[in-house]
Amino acid sequence: MKASLIERLTEGAIVAFLWLLRVAVVLVVVVGSALTIMSGRYSLEVYVGLVVSGLTLGSIYALIALGYTMVYGILRMINFAHGEIFMAGAFAGYFVVTASDKLGFLNQGAVSAMITIVVAILVAVAVATPVALLVEKIAYRPLRNAPRLVPLISAIGASFVLQYTFRGLFGPGIYSYPTVDFLDRTLPISGIIVRYVDVIVVISAFVMMTGLYLFVMRTKLGTAIRAVSEDKDTAALMGIDVNRAIVTTFGLGAAMAGAAGVLYALLFRQVFFMTGFVPGIKAFTAAVLGGIGNIPGAMLGGLFLGQVESIGPTLFLDGFNVPSPNQLKDVIAFTMLVLVLVFRPSGILGERIARSRA
Amino acid sequence: MQLRKLGVLAATAALVLGACSGAATATDPLGVIKVGANDPIHVAFWGVISGADASLGTDSLYGVQIAADDKGGKLLGHAIQVTTEDGLCTPEGGATAAQKLAADKTIVGLVGSSCSDETVGGIKALTDAGLTTISPSNTRPALTLASRGPEYAGYARTAHSDAFQGKAVAEFVFNVLKLTKAATIHDGSAYAEALQGVFADEFKKLGGSIVAQEAVSKGQTDMKPVLTKVAAAAPQVIYDPVFVAEGGYLWAQSKQVAGLEKTVMIGSDGMFTPDFVKAAGKAAEGNYLSSPNFSAFQAGYADFLTKYKAKVGKDPISAFHAHAYDAANILFNAIEKVAVKNSDNSLSIGRKALRDAIFATKDFKGITGVLSCSASGDCGAPLIAVYQITSRETGGTWPPAKPTWP
Repeated sequence: MKASLIERLTEGAIVAFLWLLRVAVVLVVVVGSALTIMSGRYSLEVYVGLVVSGLTLGSIYALIALGYTMVYGILRMINFAHGEIFMAGAFAGYFVVTASDKLGFLNQGAVSAMITIVVAILVAVAVATPVALLVEKIAYRPLRNAPRLVPLISAIGASFVLQYTFRGLFGPGIYSYPTVDFLDRTLPISGIIVRYVDVIVVISAFVMMTGLYLFVMRTKLGTAIRAVSEDKDTAALMGIDVNRAIVTTFGLGAAMAGAAGVLYALLFRQVFFMTGFVPGIKAFTAAVLGGIGNIPGAMLGGLFLGQVESIGPTLFLDGFNVPSPNQLKDVIAFTMLVLVLVFRPSGILGERIARSRA
Repeated sequence: MQLRKLGVLAATAALVLGACSGAATATDPLGVIKVGANDPIHVAFWGVISGADASLGTDSLYGVQIAADDKGGKLLGHAIQVTTEDGLCTPEGGATAAQKLAADKTIVGLVGSSCSDETVGGIKALTDAGLTTISPSNTRPALTLASRGPEYAGYARTAHSDAFQGKAVAEFVFNVLKLTKAATIHDGSAYAEALQGVFADEFKKLGGSIVAQEAVSKGQTDMKPVLTKVAAAAPQVIYDPVFVAEGGYLWAQSKQVAGLEKTVMIGSDGMFTPDFVKAAGKAAEGNYLSSPNFSAFQAGYADFLTKYKAKVGKDPISAFHAHAYDAANILFNAIEKVAVKNSDNSLSIGRKALRDAIFATKDFKGITGVLSCSASGDCGAPLIAVYQITSRETGGTWPPAKPTWP
């Protein structure tokens, strides 16, 4: 009797706390945004500039998040080495772009710059994919039937091995991509600066994401991947090559991450052995945010996270006169994650899949 | 029974032996380090030698190694052994490195750390172990204030305090560049936060105004949001004394934010490396970095540079190699002064005596200046210069030829 009363009280307290949290965060967001906008401190151009910056970063998060979400969808495991695959791509691209610069080819105009970028992306994909397949073969395949925590630990180990392999190969210093004059040109919009590279990053990300979506939804191999992610054993009984589906998934995710590595480095220029760590964590967050296992969810989650990080600190906190709010951008991003999970435990687009699987 | 007897015998023997050696050497309130007849004198360097800021610590480490080479690798007939420990430029990394070094009872003295954050995290462990460290590159003012806590008893530095650097930069901006509206950006590190604070205070005292004080976090890559926010306050100059990676992002992206195309960017010694200039790229041209004034260094600096080039194969990669050389020499001098040579050629070095000897350093002829240590551990000669970055540096030549100011 007594125990059940305490139980009921605790349960009530938890529910009350969760509601309080929802109300508090929504209040901060709404009131903060209203205060900031009404203060008139920032012109429309400032907000547009923030949205553009969030869009470029968000589309890179989305590209990386696809790898997390696809691997989770098919194997129910988090591939924590995925950030390092991204870093491997960025490094591979560095050597292509630098070589092109040394040959004097890079800055000869739009065509030579674009050819260099395309080659860099292709080389990055060609490097990232075998690395990911190797990781799958060595660190995950032997553990495919082990309890779910085991491959998770193995993934963290693989992540360290890759990081420190690159440190051993290239040292701890920073490698900077050469400047590409063509990419630094700006669109003729007054008040905000949109560089060609921003546009190129967003467009290539969307092209790649659409391509991946069509591949998974429309092709035979894509159907096989979806079948294996629904039910591995039944798919095997239906004559689907489960191994091939899994390897394809890893390969596709790695290709996206490798390409994202080059795009990221074109935007931010610096590459070193820990480059993959933070974007990896962020992209994982994006995947969870969108509903892990769901491909459009990962895209949406990435774009949402990019926007929150970019515009959140200024929009939500500046109205309250919080000093240096940009230092808190990770706090804001992760608070949003908590909030989304409180409202929709399976992520923004997660529920539909969960129900259809049940 | 037999075993227990043996144990008692061993314990007695140990006691007797201990008493003997105690009688043979001087006592010291913090304990005596015994260096065996054929053992090396063990010193340590702790600082950042990996990650984005690796060049800062590695550069200092070369300075220490050259100082040891200059002694012929020997001190009082014992080889000098230099152990290194990575502090990662963070308080946690500094704490780990310091605890590891504090546990090693053979270590006589230390040079380090690189980043003020490492010292904030690690100094207590070293001081508690009776050790003394001399930092070549910590510049946070609080570390050598007279009011610093007792945990800093084992801490001295040959680097300047940022009380001087922040003031110098403020004077340069106000008097030389004749700019009056400034914004600052720091990265939450002990170094950057304090330095931009000193700059802001001094700049306001001179009559300028600080229109925005912002911060980024370590490891952040997308600086456009913070720069966009700063741009809304329309500063003429942005002072962002952070480290290599974040500094590179800030400078490069400042050219991509509307309203900042003509804003002058100024960084400080934490960014004074060729890695930073490479990372910032063309955006660095025309902007400024403050650092120790190399042209005010003593005559010995030219010799040192020749040795550095011979050892490393390139020009200095950061700003504090000479300070590290001086720090190591102050440590070596103090060891020579207080070490007691025993009849069997072993050495006894009192920890407290060594600490006192370091703090008593007076008119020491270093290559960064004539150095005297204050009671709170400030040994550096605070000579600051501001260097303008030009196409010569972004083209790959380092360091800058001569200061813009003074």
